[in-house]
Amino acid sequence: MLSVSNLHATVDDKEILKGLSLDVPAGEVHAIMGPNGAGKSTLSYVLTGRQGYEVTQGGATLDGEDLLALEANERAAKGVFLSFQYPLEIPGVPALTFIRTALNAQKKARGEPEVTAPEFLKLARAKAAELKIDFDMLKRALNVGFSGGEKKRMEIFQMAMLSPRFLILDETDSGLDVDALRIVADGVNALRSPERAMLVITHYQRLLDYIKPDRVHVLAGGKIVASGGPELALELEREGYEKYARAA
Amino acid sequence: MAAVKQTVEHVASLEKYKHGFVSDIEQDFAPKGLNADIVRFISAKKNEPEWMLAWRLDAFERWLAMDEPDWAKVNFPRIDYQDSYYYAAPKEKVGPKSLDEVDPDLLEVYKKLGIPLREQEVLAGVEGAPRYAVDAVFDSVSVVTTFKKELAQVGVIFCSMSEAIREHPELVKQYLGSVVPVSDNYFACLNAAVFSDGSFVYVPPGVRCPMELSTYFRINAENSGQFERTLIIADKGSYVSYLEGCTAPMRDENQLHAAVVELVTMDDAEIKYSTVQNWYPGDPETGKGGIYNFVTKRADCRGDRSKVSWTQVETGSSITWKYPSCILRGNESSGEFYSIAITNGRQQADTGTKMIHLGANTRSRIISKGISAGRSSNTYRGLVSAHPKAKGARNFTQCDSLLIGKHCAAHTVPYIEARNGQSKFEHEATTTRLSEDQLFYAMQRGLSQEEAVQLLVNGFVKDVLQELPMEFAVEAQKLVAISLEGSVG
Repeated sequence: MLSVSNLHATVDDKEILKGLSLDVPAGEVHAIMGPNGAGKSTLSYVLTGRQGYEVTQGGATLDGEDLLALEANERAAKGVFLSFQYPLEIPGVPALTFIRTALNAQKKARGEPEVTAPEFLKLARAKAAELKIDFDMLKRALNVGFSGGEKKRMEIFQMAMLSPRFLILDETDSGLDVDALRIVADGVNALRSPERAMLVITHYQRLLDYIKPDRVHVLAGGKIVASGGPELALELEREGYEKYARAA
Repeated sequence: MAAVKQTVEHVASLEKYKHGFVSDIEQDFAPKGLNADIVRFISAKKNEPEWMLAWRLDAFERWLAMDEPDWAKVNFPRIDYQDSYYYAAPKEKVGPKSLDEVDPDLLEVYKKLGIPLREQEVLAGVEGAPRYAVDAVFDSVSVVTTFKKELAQVGVIFCSMSEAIREHPELVKQYLGSVVPVSDNYFACLNAAVFSDGSFVYVPPGVRCPMELSTYFRINAENSGQFERTLIIADKGSYVSYLEGCTAPMRDENQLHAAVVELVTMDDAEIKYSTVQNWYPGDPETGKGGIYNFVTKRADCRGDRSKVSWTQVETGSSITWKYPSCILRGNESSGEFYSIAITNGRQQADTGTKMIHLGANTRSRIISKGISAGRSSNTYRGLVSAHPKAKGARNFTQCDSLLIGKHCAAHTVPYIEARNGQSKFEHEATTTRLSEDQLFYAMQRGLSQEEAVQLLVNGFVKDVLQELPMEFAVEAQKLVAISLEGSVG
C-alpha cells in the first residue's frame, strides 16, 4: 500500500523531515508516535499534498504510484484521506453539501458515475446513526459553531462517507472525552479491512487502546528512529520520548 | 506532470468573459458629441411630445452647470463627453410590431445570450418552470417586449419607456423624475437629458403581477454610451418582481453606462428589484476597456406598509458606482438591500445603499457581501439615517468582505445618522481572507482548487443568493464562479 523512502521535506526552507522511511502494507494499522515538533503533522501534510511543504529528496508511493506528482485533490481521488487535527470551518456550506460535492468530485476523477441525491441521503443517514451524529447537524454549515468533539466526529463521518483506501488520522483523540473517543474509534475500526491501511498519528497511547495498531513507529528529529509491535506504545507511555529525542 | 496537463486543459476551457462578442447589426447613430441639438435629435427620433423635449433640454442646461463627482473611491481618466455617441439603434422601419419583423441578426444575438424573446420559447421550457416577460434593450432602444398582451389582461403595463411616453403620458408625467429629480447628481442629470429608452412598469391596485418581469440590456455599438431610464410604479396593495441583466462586448475603450431607475410603491405595495450586472469588466491584466457603470437607483416607499427590496449581483464593469436606495416615507414601510459585489483583475467598485427613514416605525435591512480578487478595489459605502419623525426606525446592517489573494483591497464606509432618540441601528462588519487552510481542507476531500474556491465563495454569498428569484439564482451562482476563475494560485 504506502511506501515512503528516504523522505526529506522542508517548510519555509527549514528541513523538517530528514530521511523518513516507512512501509504500511494493505490491511494494517500503523501508529506514528513522537514528541512535539518531531514532524508528525508535516508527514501528514506532505503525504496529502499541502502547498508550502516541499519535498527535496526521496519519495512516496501508493500501490506503486508516485503520490508526490499528484495534486491534493488527485490524491484524495486515489483514496488518501486525512482526518485533520484542527478541522476547518466552512461558513455557509452545509456539511451534507460539502461532502456530496467532494464525493462526486472524487467519483468524477475516477470515472465513476456520480452518486444520486437519494442514495447519498440514505448512506448519510446510516453513517450518521452509527456515529451518533444528529442528522440535523449535517444540514448546518460544516464545523461552524461545532465543539471540538463534534468536529472530530464530523471528520470520521466524512471518512465513512468518502470510503478512502489509505487513512491518516492526525491527533484524532485530542479534544475527545472517553465516550466520544469510543464512538470515534468504533467508526474507525469499522473501516478496517484487508484492502485498507491506516496511519494513526498520536502523541498519547490512550487512542491505541481503542484502535489497536499492528505496528508502532517512533518519529523523532524528522525520521523513524524505532519500530515495534503494540508493546512499544506502552513503553513510550511509561518512559517517555526522551531517549529517542536524544538519539535523533 | 498531471498537474501541468490539467492546467493546460483548464486554461483552454476558461470561459473568461463569454458575452464579449460584437454583433454586426446595421445601426442608426446620432452624430458624435453632446449639445442641445443632439438632445433634440434623440427626442425627435422617438417622436416625443413637446413636454418631454422641454424636460430634456432643462436637464441638459442644468447638467452643463454641474461638475463630475469625485468623492467615490474610484480612479479613472476624465471622460470626454464629446467623444461618444448618445444614440445608437438597430436600423428598422417604424418599430416592429411583432417578432417576425425584427432583424433576424438581432434575434440571433439574444439567442446567443440565452434570452428568450419568443413567448413560446419560454413556454416550451421545462414543465413548471416559471415564466418571465422580457423587454430587450439593444444599445439605445427597446427592440421587443414579450407577454405584453397577457400582462395587459390583468391591467399590468409593461413596455419600453418610449412607448410609455407616447401611450401613457399622464403616468409618465406624474412619476418621471419624482424619485430621482432631474438635477439629483451629475450622471442622473446627464441621463435625464439624453436617455434613449428603458422599461416602464405600472401595476394597478391589488394586482399581483402574474410573472417575473425582466429587462435585458445589451451595449453593442462602439464609442456609444447607454443611458436607459426605468420607472416602476406599484399601486396600492400590488406586487411585482423585476429583474435586469446586462452584458457588453469586449472593447479597448471605456464605455459609459449611466442609467436611472425610479421605483414608487403606494400603500401595502411591494417591489422586488433584482440586478445581475455583467458588463464587460475590462482587460484583467492592463485594466484597458470595460464599462463605467455609473447608475442612480432609488425607490420611494410612498405608501404606508409598502416595501422595496433591492438585490444585486455585480460582477462586471471596470468601474461600478451605484447605491440603490430607499426613501422610507410611508409609516411602517420597509427597505431591503442585498448585494454581492465581486471585483477581479483591475476592477473598481464603490457601491452600497442609502436607507432614509422618514416615516414612523420604518425598517431596513442591509446585507452586503463584497469579494475582491486580483488587483481590484471594492468599497461598500452606505448611509442609514433617521429623521426626527421616524420614531421607532430600525436598521440592521451586515457588511462582509472577502479577500482573495494579496493585491486586492476592501473598504467599508458606513454613515449612520439618527436624528431622534427612538431609533435602533445595528451595524456588523467583517473582513476575512479566503484562507489557504480552508482551500487545502476542501482539496484534501477531493475538490480541485477552482471547485474549492467556488464552494467557499458560494458559502460566503449564500445569504444574498437566496434572495434572488430561483431561476436567476442558478445563473448568478455560475456567474460568481466565472468572475473568480483564475483568482487563486
